Amino acid sequence: MVKKIDAAGLHYTPLNRQVREAVAAGEDEIVIEHVLGQRFIADGLVGEVTLVVNGVPGGDIGMFMRGPTVVVHGNADHAPGNTMEAGRLVIHGSAGDAVAHSMRGGMVFVRDDIGYRGGIHMKAYNARHPYLVVGGEARAFLGEYMAGGTILLLRRGSKEPFAERGLASGIHGGEIFVRGEVDDGCLAVGAVKKSFGDEERAGIRPLIEEYCRHFGCDAAPLLADDYTRIGPASARPFAGKYTWE
Amino acid sequence: MVLGSVPVKYRVTIDRDRCMECGRCIENCPYGTFRWEGDKITAVSRNCTACHRCIAMCPRDAIGLEERPVDYRSHPVWTVEAREAIFNQARTGRVILAGMGNAQPLPSIFDRLLLDACQVTNPSIDPLREPMELRTYIGKKPKRLEFSRTGAGDVELETKLTPNLMLETPIMIGHMSYGAISLNAQLALARAVHKTGTFMGTGEGGMHPNLYPYQDRLIVQVASGRFGVGIDYLERGAAIEIKIGQGAKPGIGGHLPGEKVCADVSCTRMIPLGSDAISPAPHHDIYSIEDLAQLVRSLKEATEWKKPVFVKIAAVHNAAAIAAGIARSGADAVVVDGFRGGTGAAPKVFRDHVGIPIEAAVSAVDAKLRDQGVRNEISVIASGGIRNSADVTKAIALGADAIYIGTAALVAMGCRVCGNCYRGLCPWGIATQRPDLVARLDPEKEAVHVANLIEAWTLEVSELMGAAGINAIESLRGNRDRLRGYMLDEGMLEVLDVLPAGA
Ligand code: SF4
Ligand code: SF4
Repeated sequence: MVKKIDAAGLHYTPLNRQVREAVAAGEDEIVIEHVLGQRFIADGLVGEVTLVVNGVPGGDIGMFMRGPTVVVHGNADHAPGNTMEAGRLVIHGSAGDAVAHSMRGGMVFVRDDIGYRGGIHMKAYNARHPYLVVGGEARAFLGEYMAGGTILLLRRGSKEPFAERGLASGIHGGEIFVRGEVDDGCLAVGAVKKSFGDEERAGIRPLIEEYCRHFGCDAAPLLADDYTRIGPASARPFAGKYTWE
Repeated sequence: MVLGSVPVKYRVTIDRDRCMECGRCIENCPYGTFRWEGDKITAVSRNCTACHRCIAMCPRDAIGLEERPVDYRSHPVWTVEAREAIFNQARTGRVILAGMGNAQPLPSIFDRLLLDACQVTNPSIDPLREPMELRTYIGKKPKRLEFSRTGAGDVELETKLTPNLMLETPIMIGHMSYGAISLNAQLALARAVHKTGTFMGTGEGGMHPNLYPYQDRLIVQVASGRFGVGIDYLERGAAIEIKIGQGAKPGIGGHLPGEKVCADVSCTRMIPLGSDAISPAPHHDIYSIEDLAQLVRSLKEATEWKKPVFVKIAAVHNAAAIAAGIARSGADAVVVDGFRGGTGAAPKVFRDHVGIPIEAAVSAVDAKLRDQGVRNEISVIASGGIRNSADVTKAIALGADAIYIGTAALVAMGCRVCGNCYRGLCPWGIATQRPDLVARLDPEKEAVHVANLIEAWTLEVSELMGAAGINAIESLRGNRDRLRGYMLDEGMLEVLDVLPAGA
């Protein structure tokens, strides 16, 4: 059964209340029409449900979410997937700054570009491992303070080396894969390039395939390309900074 | 470069006439100060931190401890601390980390504020025979109340009230995370707040399952690292606190060193074992007051508007204006943490030089919120260096609704303020995760001590109120007429809005 909610003129609180009620009633697919800037959609939502968001949601979509799949047909604003625990966020468009901020599990797919500070402070723990897959470009400070998880930047259509600064500054866990070359000048303190071999290629394969499934593109060329892998120089980036009184 | 060794900080001596060679000091000192030499115990003074564990445990009072047994040439500018910090940094080239709160000998404003008492014209109240209202509600209060009358003639409240925390005393325990302190220490604090009808903060380290039975009295914290933050955690808390800053180290984040991230800590923080837990300086989803409002609302929305949301800031120069912004962000309480606030570890230069006193900050915040007509929209919680019931009373008279204690609660459990928390070897089982040390702290017994402290202070606050002819904490809040400044300069009196003694 598909439950429809019309979000035209609706504030986010009653909108989320309707979503929660639908989930509690056992709906497994909810379509929200005419979304226009409502923030916090699916904020803290728990369950095995699919939410289709038609329109342009406001910030923090999928924040603290655990379990649902949210598909956005439009662009997303600031921090989609903020501190998300589990589930999927699929954005058919671009997203703003701080995408997947502090995310600790689940997957975020963005078809096009993201803003600054993407994947900042993502972290993994035991079975929880966050993934951020971006089809287009990302701006500066991608993967800053990253403590775990995987970021895959496909840069579809770009040929020049990645040249946004502050890449992975303070990274102390996790990995970033960027299709093609990365200008050495972008690597921030604590970030180093690591080898990209068969094992790594096999590791990102399911991410590329899933990306292509969501957005209907051909996986073969993306799978064949080379990637730059970036990781932490150490799990203790600040160990050498201090002395005791 | 040869700098030689610096003199010992403490000299530990054993009185041979008293010592019975029981060896308890050896067992108790995790720093290895004592050892057997033949059939005698000797002390390596250089290892001592003045934690007093050995002294407390010695059955014969045989241990002596002297601070700075070696004199330097005295100098008013080049203090011993200044010289030793230079030795340290000349050797290492690093940032000096230090424990506990501000260690500069700056005068305390609290100590220069005097409380009032009634004489003749207005009888004082004896709390033994008169009811004293110390119950405190933290959260938004409506500006006005609307009522309607039902058909049956009853009066019904129409105004929708926002959730508040109900405290039986204005004294709460501030946020000390699991990781910074032990689970037994947190358990003791949790039991104490349960007993005394108040609340405590979890700190930013998540919530250990053993604390779940006390969750209705726990305020969960959301800090920039988002450690342990998930929807379950948010729902467990009685309230949620966004930590922007901390009095001991305003403007910077925190690094829990990897060696403190043991299996259990790793599990509540939800980070890998042994990795540094790095809280960035800002929340990277908050770069403005508008973004703060977004985080406040996202937390409320996630928990269906059932929980008050606090925002904690360090007391900095602009605290009043920042608090006014926070009041407009939809937050229910602002926590202002003064520059004397404690911490497990902070860069010494921050601990000692950044931030302002809580007395000035809380007064300025209260005044600004009243000026802007939003004082009712937000509660004010003061913290940072509150040492006794007089400080509590003065902080409330300067405009706080309630206060947080931190160090004082630890001292009630044995802490000697030795300032070595960062080493993870706290001999009192507080700032450590080493199982044998943690086991020294009996949560049952220490809960009684902490509860006793809260009860004793609460009693004293009610006595002080009674003496001043006040029978409800509401009449004390922001009541600067009950304070007089002694040896404070005119500028400070103006900030505090307090008259000088005699006026
Ligand atoms: S560190 Fe503590 S236990 Fe050890 S000698 Fe010093 S005061 Fe005694
Ligand atoms: S908590 Fe322990 S280590 Fe820290 S100051 Fe107190 S006694 Fe010392």
